[in-house]
Amino acid sequence: MSLLDVRDLHVSFPTTDGLVQAVRGLSFSVDAGHTLAIVGESGSGKTVSTQAILGLTPDADISGRALFEGVDLLQLTQEQLRRLRGAEISVIFQDPLTSLHPLYKIGWQIAELILVHDDSATKKQARERAIELLGLVGIPHPAKRVDDYPHQFSGGMRQRAMIAMALALNPKLIVADEPTTALDATVQAQILDLIGRLQREFDIALILITHDLGVVADVADEVLVMYAGRPVERADRRTIYYRPHHPYTKGLLESLPGSTGARKGRLTPIPGQPPSLIAVPSGCAFHPRCRYAMPVCSAEQPPLAHVTGDLPDHASACWLPHEAVGLGEHAEEIRLEISGREPDAVSDQESRRGRAAG
Amino acid sequence: MPLVEMTDLVKHFPVNEGTLLKRTVGQVHAVDGVSLTLRQGETLGLVGETGCGKSTLARCLAGLHPVTSGRIVFAGRDITNLSRKAMRPVRREVQMIFQDPYGSLNPRRRVGSIIADPLVIHKIPGDRRKAVQDLMERVGLNPEHYNRFPAEFSGGQRQRIGVARALALRPKLIICDEPVSALDVSIQAQILNLLKDLQDEFGLTYLFIAHDLQVVRHVSDRIAVMYLGKIAELAPDLYEHPLHPYTNALLSATAVADPDARRRRIILRGDVPSPIAPPSGCRFHPRCPKARELCAQQEPRLEGNSHQFSCHFPVRPGGSL
Amino acid sequence: MTITELRVPAAQVTGRSPWQLAWGRLRTDRVALASAIVIVVLVTLAVCAPLIAAWNGHGPDDQFRDTGITPEGLPVPPGGEFWFGTDRLGRDLFIRVLFGARVSLLVGVVATGMASIVGVVIGLLAGFYGGVVDVILSRLIDVVLSFPYLIFAIAAVSIVGPSLAATVFVIAFYSWAAIARIVRGQTLSIKEREYVEAARSLGASDGRIMFIDILPNLLAPVIVLVTLLIPAAIVFESTLSYLGLGITPPTPSWGNLLSEAQGFYRVAWWYLTLPALTLLLTTLAFNLLGDGIRDAIDPRTERIFSRRRKKK
Repeated sequence: MSLLDVRDLHVSFPTTDGLVQAVRGLSFSVDAGHTLAIVGESGSGKTVSTQAILGLTPDADISGRALFEGVDLLQLTQEQLRRLRGAEISVIFQDPLTSLHPLYKIGWQIAELILVHDDSATKKQARERAIELLGLVGIPHPAKRVDDYPHQFSGGMRQRAMIAMALALNPKLIVADEPTTALDATVQAQILDLIGRLQREFDIALILITHDLGVVADVADEVLVMYAGRPVERADRRTIYYRPHHPYTKGLLESLPGSTGARKGRLTPIPGQPPSLIAVPSGCAFHPRCRYAMPVCSAEQPPLAHVTGDLPDHASACWLPHEAVGLGEHAEEIRLEISGREPDAVSDQESRRGRAAG
Repeated sequence: MPLVEMTDLVKHFPVNEGTLLKRTVGQVHAVDGVSLTLRQGETLGLVGETGCGKSTLARCLAGLHPVTSGRIVFAGRDITNLSRKAMRPVRREVQMIFQDPYGSLNPRRRVGSIIADPLVIHKIPGDRRKAVQDLMERVGLNPEHYNRFPAEFSGGQRQRIGVARALALRPKLIICDEPVSALDVSIQAQILNLLKDLQDEFGLTYLFIAHDLQVVRHVSDRIAVMYLGKIAELAPDLYEHPLHPYTNALLSATAVADPDARRRRIILRGDVPSPIAPPSGCRFHPRCPKARELCAQQEPRLEGNSHQFSCHFPVRPGGSL
Repeated sequence: MTITELRVPAAQVTGRSPWQLAWGRLRTDRVALASAIVIVVLVTLAVCAPLIAAWNGHGPDDQFRDTGITPEGLPVPPGGEFWFGTDRLGRDLFIRVLFGARVSLLVGVVATGMASIVGVVIGLLAGFYGGVVDVILSRLIDVVLSFPYLIFAIAAVSIVGPSLAATVFVIAFYSWAAIARIVRGQTLSIKEREYVEAARSLGASDGRIMFIDILPNLLAPVIVLVTLLIPAAIVFESTLSYLGLGITPPTPSWGNLLSEAQGFYRVAWWYLTLPALTLLLTTLAFNLLGDGIRDAIDPRTERIFSRRRKKK
């Protein structure tokens, strides 16, 4: 059984402008010691889905199931969830300053976390554990820095302190929400290295939420791509990068600079803008931006289904046949043939659509 | 003749203490002796980590910060610390695109009036409404959205508004300060393509600042790497043959969207030192895996012609750290 | 990045300015709407006070010695002829409260209006220019805010004598500093925004940046502060008049109505209670409306004022 098993999660927020449908049917699972990367752009619902599971979205309407070691997190009270967070499940946020209290010493904050969750620990033990943890995450001179305030730490050190807090209670699952987005490349490399090392060492399951396909390629075991609140593709890391099936996944990979290899050439963006979550397009939410859209795409929502003939773990929510998998020319011919488009007509339409949406 | 020539540019910010009576207790060495040229029609990429001074350098060039010392020559004319009035004609030639598509547009003003700003400020005669709508059309916005407010546009569309505003006066140079780093990947490619098209159409010169090395590599003719207020390395094919240990570390740290890419990260020790008290000698020496005694004592000069670098012990092609 | 993230793709939601959006939110706030109605009714009544007086034939200074005074010489309780009862001289209290509202509201609005203009200009200059300008103006604000205002008011009025103009001036003098301080703080943060930097890089003049780029972004907090300062000014006016330093009888103002009534609360409850309740209702309505406007303009981000109405 998986450590965390989420089934058919729906999250929506009532607002004055209408109902914001942030997550519309999401299922995934994570095993101990594994890394699941949830990838998506702003508004894809990647952050909201995990926050909803952990009870961090008080205003939301939530339905579905989220079994953590057999217990449905969505049925727990706030108090039960609070006890679970930090102890069994830890969260690392993008901006460490939102989670570190500016007026308390870092060591005190870690020790306090330990004391709150563990009645048997003494203050002295908690402090020693805090120093040990700070050393573990690579803070130099932890015995001295334990008495620093958050503002005395650099951005990378604060993120390390956050990770130390996340590890304080030996969690089974860590949810890392864009943990390195605010950091510089060299520091990002340090932090990713650290997270990976600690995860292997302690056999922790990791859900990594990010928009950065470079980071995902580095650390993920399994990748889940989200668009407008729904999962569009799920596969192991190599399959996602080399044999994507969904046009959105393919579009993301192709819009990266360096993907085409041609320097100073034109990139291949996905035309148009992400949809409003108040008025989600009918059928497949991606169809207004999809260059292979067929009549069925606007009429019916494709299920996230196994891509026939491919690896058993490869699932995609697209009406294109399974032969349309991959980035090569052969696959492109199949896609164009099925959607009834000429190769040249595509670029014209792309520019027109890009402008109309603008 | 190069379009821009910066010579030994220095920008220090005083660090003040005290509430009623301020006194200066130190200097932030944001830019500390930078010489750079921009050729007509090229894109010069400028990369570096937070606090390396790349944004400050851009703002000095845009006339937003007075420089502490050094010289900026634009189109053959010395524009260092010009008076506001003397700077006005230069401002028509040098425009800026900002990082934050939310912060760079006034939320209480209509898009049409934001894009018309340069025309109004520089008193350009003619049908402004038509000019603005042409600009909107050119950058891929619907001209009918003239009367909307910035909040009604998505991040990518807002960045197009910023581009239209920068384009309004048909400048020679556009300084792009992290123009796509706040955007989603699919939108980022749209904006990069737009910038490329505009460069071809109007013969623009770009100073392109970013921390994403893949983006910079894609757009730039030449790339300069900054570290703690100084140029560490500058070359057209920087990624193929990095000589400076810092460039090597930076490149190796970049996450590439390819699971099978060879990954041998050079994990640097510690953090970037404070620009208030930069290290002696080579500023990179406390974190450099190749540092020797000389590096702490003597500051390396920026040497070389087309491929410039400032390091006593550069990484030779084919060699490693 | 939870809700903010969700609001991003707003492209399909059409043409509404930030003010229209705020109005849309305000319209759903029942407390604020009720407060607005109370204020509108009060202002209408105050404006129409002479008409009402003419209609029922009770002038503000008319003494009704036969019907308005009991045989024992006491005020008459509220009833069909005198809705709020009468005062010690047999005058119609309802009419006097309405005429008092004219003075009190006028003082509140004019004094706050003057204070806002001065406060915005000074705050804007201090925040925008910084340096020496800021040091001088900020110390000036500090000095004004640390004035013991009642003593200052007593001193000022004892020199020029109590009058409507003196009252307005004293209140405005005291109120502008609070606005200036808020505006200065906001200007300090707004002038660091990228859109101000963009205007600078285009070569915009200081005046253009201050009035075209910064001022519209200050209006929201200033409007909220003004709706909270108006009731404070009304209370201040009442305090001054109560002490005999503001509006002098026979012109009625809420302050001197309360002052006159203080000896009668045992024998004529309405004499003190009804004007006091009107005053309370007015200040409450302004305060609740101010809260509502603040929530509408700025539904979730930073709060610059300390008071905050709890929402479910």
